[in-house]
Amino acid sequence: MHPIVCTGGNIHYQIKHISHREAGTVAEFSVLIGGKAGDGISQAGQVIGSVFSSLGYHVYQYVDYPSLIRGGHNFCIIRAAESPVTAFRSGVDVIIAFDQQTADLHKGRLSDDGIIIFDTDRVKTEGLEISLGTLISKHQGIPIMGNTAMISALFRYLGVPWEMMEPVLQRKIPKSQEKNLEIARAAWDILSPSRELSIPGGAPKPFLSGNEWIGLGLLAGGLDAYVAYPMTPSSGILHFLASIADEAGIQVYHPESEIAVILMALGFSYAGKKAAVGTSGGGFCLMTEGLSLAGQAEIPIVIVVSQRTGPSTGLPTYTAQSDLLFIRHAGQGEFPRWIAAPATPEEALFLGAEAVRIAWKFQVPAFIVTDKSFSEGLFTGSSDLPDFPPHRVSAPAFPYHRYEDMPDGISPLLAPPHPGEVVKINSYTHDFKGITTEDSQITIAMVEKRKRKEQGLKEYTDQPQSVIIAGDEKAPVCVITWGSVRGQVTEIAKDNSFRVVSPLIIEPFPIKAFMAALEGVTKIIVVEESVAGQIDKILKEFGIVPDELLLRYDGRPSTIEELETRIRRVL
Amino acid sequence: MSPNATLVSEAKNTWCPGCGNFAIQHAFRYVIEEFEKEGIPKEKFVLVSGIGCHAKIVDYFNLNSFYSLHGRTIPVATGIKMANPDLKVICFAGDGDLYAEGLDHLIHAAKRNIDITVICHNNRVYGLTTGQYTPTSPYGYQGRSTPNGIHEYPLNIIEMLLGSGASFVARAYSRNTPLLKRIIHEAICHPGFAHIDVLQICATFFNMTSLYDEQVYETSEANVSQFDMACRTGQQWNYSDPGPIPLGIFYKTIRPSLPEKRELQQTDRKKVIQDILTRYS
Repeated sequence: MHPIVCTGGNIHYQIKHISHREAGTVAEFSVLIGGKAGDGISQAGQVIGSVFSSLGYHVYQYVDYPSLIRGGHNFCIIRAAESPVTAFRSGVDVIIAFDQQTADLHKGRLSDDGIIIFDTDRVKTEGLEISLGTLISKHQGIPIMGNTAMISALFRYLGVPWEMMEPVLQRKIPKSQEKNLEIARAAWDILSPSRELSIPGGAPKPFLSGNEWIGLGLLAGGLDAYVAYPMTPSSGILHFLASIADEAGIQVYHPESEIAVILMALGFSYAGKKAAVGTSGGGFCLMTEGLSLAGQAEIPIVIVVSQRTGPSTGLPTYTAQSDLLFIRHAGQGEFPRWIAAPATPEEALFLGAEAVRIAWKFQVPAFIVTDKSFSEGLFTGSSDLPDFPPHRVSAPAFPYHRYEDMPDGISPLLAPPHPGEVVKINSYTHDFKGITTEDSQITIAMVEKRKRKEQGLKEYTDQPQSVIIAGDEKAPVCVITWGSVRGQVTEIAKDNSFRVVSPLIIEPFPIKAFMAALEGVTKIIVVEESVAGQIDKILKEFGIVPDELLLRYDGRPSTIEELETRIRRVL
Repeated sequence: MSPNATLVSEAKNTWCPGCGNFAIQHAFRYVIEEFEKEGIPKEKFVLVSGIGCHAKIVDYFNLNSFYSLHGRTIPVATGIKMANPDLKVICFAGDGDLYAEGLDHLIHAAKRNIDITVICHNNRVYGLTTGQYTPTSPYGYQGRSTPNGIHEYPLNIIEMLLGSGASFVARAYSRNTPLLKRIIHEAICHPGFAHIDVLQICATFFNMTSLYDEQVYETSEANVSQFDMACRTGQQWNYSDPGPIPLGIFYKTIRPSLPEKRELQQTDRKKVIQDILTRYS
């Protein structure tokens, strides 16, 4: 195996790709589908993923696209395997090429027995030919129906029975369904099966984007309102929750700016509704004055930040883990907050709900920090829902004082209107009733009240389940990582005999649980997508000094092979 | 002394003697008492303030309040109103606060016709930060940040509101309390976005009392639903030049407002999520 360059610059695919048969004992299959922006590549990828899911596979889909609406080069990699997958390989078994660029850019990824399925009208290469123009005009279809033809061609090539694919097409392509199915069948009939894909069987698993899994988590936590301004890669949450708002009985609103977003959400929260907001780094910059207000006035709120490559506008459609320290310290003054970082659909569902619970239990801002890879990647996940116990709210005493000085620092919440009572919220330092003060003793009392909340939050958070241990759990070599990168690291841990330790909750940092997870470790390698090494800096705050730092900062997530090569070099 | 002493909180008042804020506080208290007499209990009111001298008013009232950030009354009030349409949400804002830092929110609130009331304490100067110019200070105003005088004309906020789609636009004056009371009452009753620009003097940094007393007059409200008439009334005074200053309700119309009147479905959350997961399988 030749080394590959991973940090910045062009990545050279010089390695001999692991094909589906060489990839250990687990049967798996990868498909790359590519074309121009506007060709519906991502949606076609989702249909392919859904077919694999219906055959009983676990599926992960990586979506790569530039920041433009028409043209450019879009591609998706759909990886299906018999065990859960959260990353993709360098190599693929099939490339579906809608344009020449797809064939030229990616043919180096093909496994030895891989093949390119391509549109002869637009692509010149070798492989499985299909003339979409001829097919579409023969059946009086429209160009976008070429996607259905290609999906059909893929599964025909793989030897999947028509009866197993057709119901998925019916479900996933509701528009002009009859014509789409006619064209799918025509493409099917032109080709003959060349391979025999194994069919694991079992119930199809839900296949959703990371953003959608987070959205479901917020719903599970009892969300009443979601307020957001569009910003890649977080917009998927806004679109998803808006699409199911009536069904779920929630309000979804898109106002004039992120400044308005967070203040509206705080208004919702004051009036007794559980509210969340979502954004990326730039939008979060605008939210910081509202964040500090939530800290001072002790207004519960959930904030989802999906990171993309910065600084500033950066690479809008590519990934990063470079906003963690900003989020951890954002806002003037000092106040407690909670930060969680999911890496799997089940974690997103659980943490989305937990964020709502924490925000309202401790009256603090609760963050879900994720990134483009997780937000816009698609994952099959479990359809078994855990129970989400209802929130228990402590009853206020009357006459009501919003900032009643309680032993745990948490004053009971009351939403207006309440007969004979007033609820006063204040961004100034305030007394127990919520009236502005500059008194030294009250200032100290209020600071210490918030400090006691932080202490309670620390105790609540520092539990074994706040730290994920994976891979070879007793190995002396440990890779520490967080967020979506854990998905890549975990897949190679067992084969390379290292332990994976990853904080699910990053603030307050669960140091006791983390130290327990590091028991017996003699070497620490940190893997993260930032140039400064942000989780590395947090670890050092707690006296944990890593031996190796593997950073990446070109906006692209590592493939399993890229990361494996880099980790092996320092093992 | 009003019979309803409980409307006033125990907070110590720190406005300068002679400040126009006292008149607004007095008028608002009168209006709340009127609403109580009409059967609307005081806990139905939520006051939202920005930051500045005006904002202290929420501390002085024994009413629900959200003392927010400079320029941010409107988004907070919008969230509260959307969360609970039964609440009567009133923003108290300053001219620096609302017309500078938070101007975008004002335009969008007018555009979406959110059913809240905005009372702008327009003294045309920053008081709490000691006398700098605001968007409604007159041409040539000399303040500590502009010792040579400003070379820009003030924003005619009435024109801007009408242009943004506000459905209730009024101007009042802190030394004409009967009119101020009536306008505040009507604004709160208006089903949609209601804005009152209240001219008030800053006793310390910009005392316009004698000029205002000479310039103001009550305009006819006979054609209050006519947009072009409202524009003409609004253009009579540009917040800079001497000349008559019309007071009163300039424009009032009914059009679709937020929050929409529809019941949110009560759902079994777990079942909803299960249904979605099945659909995405």
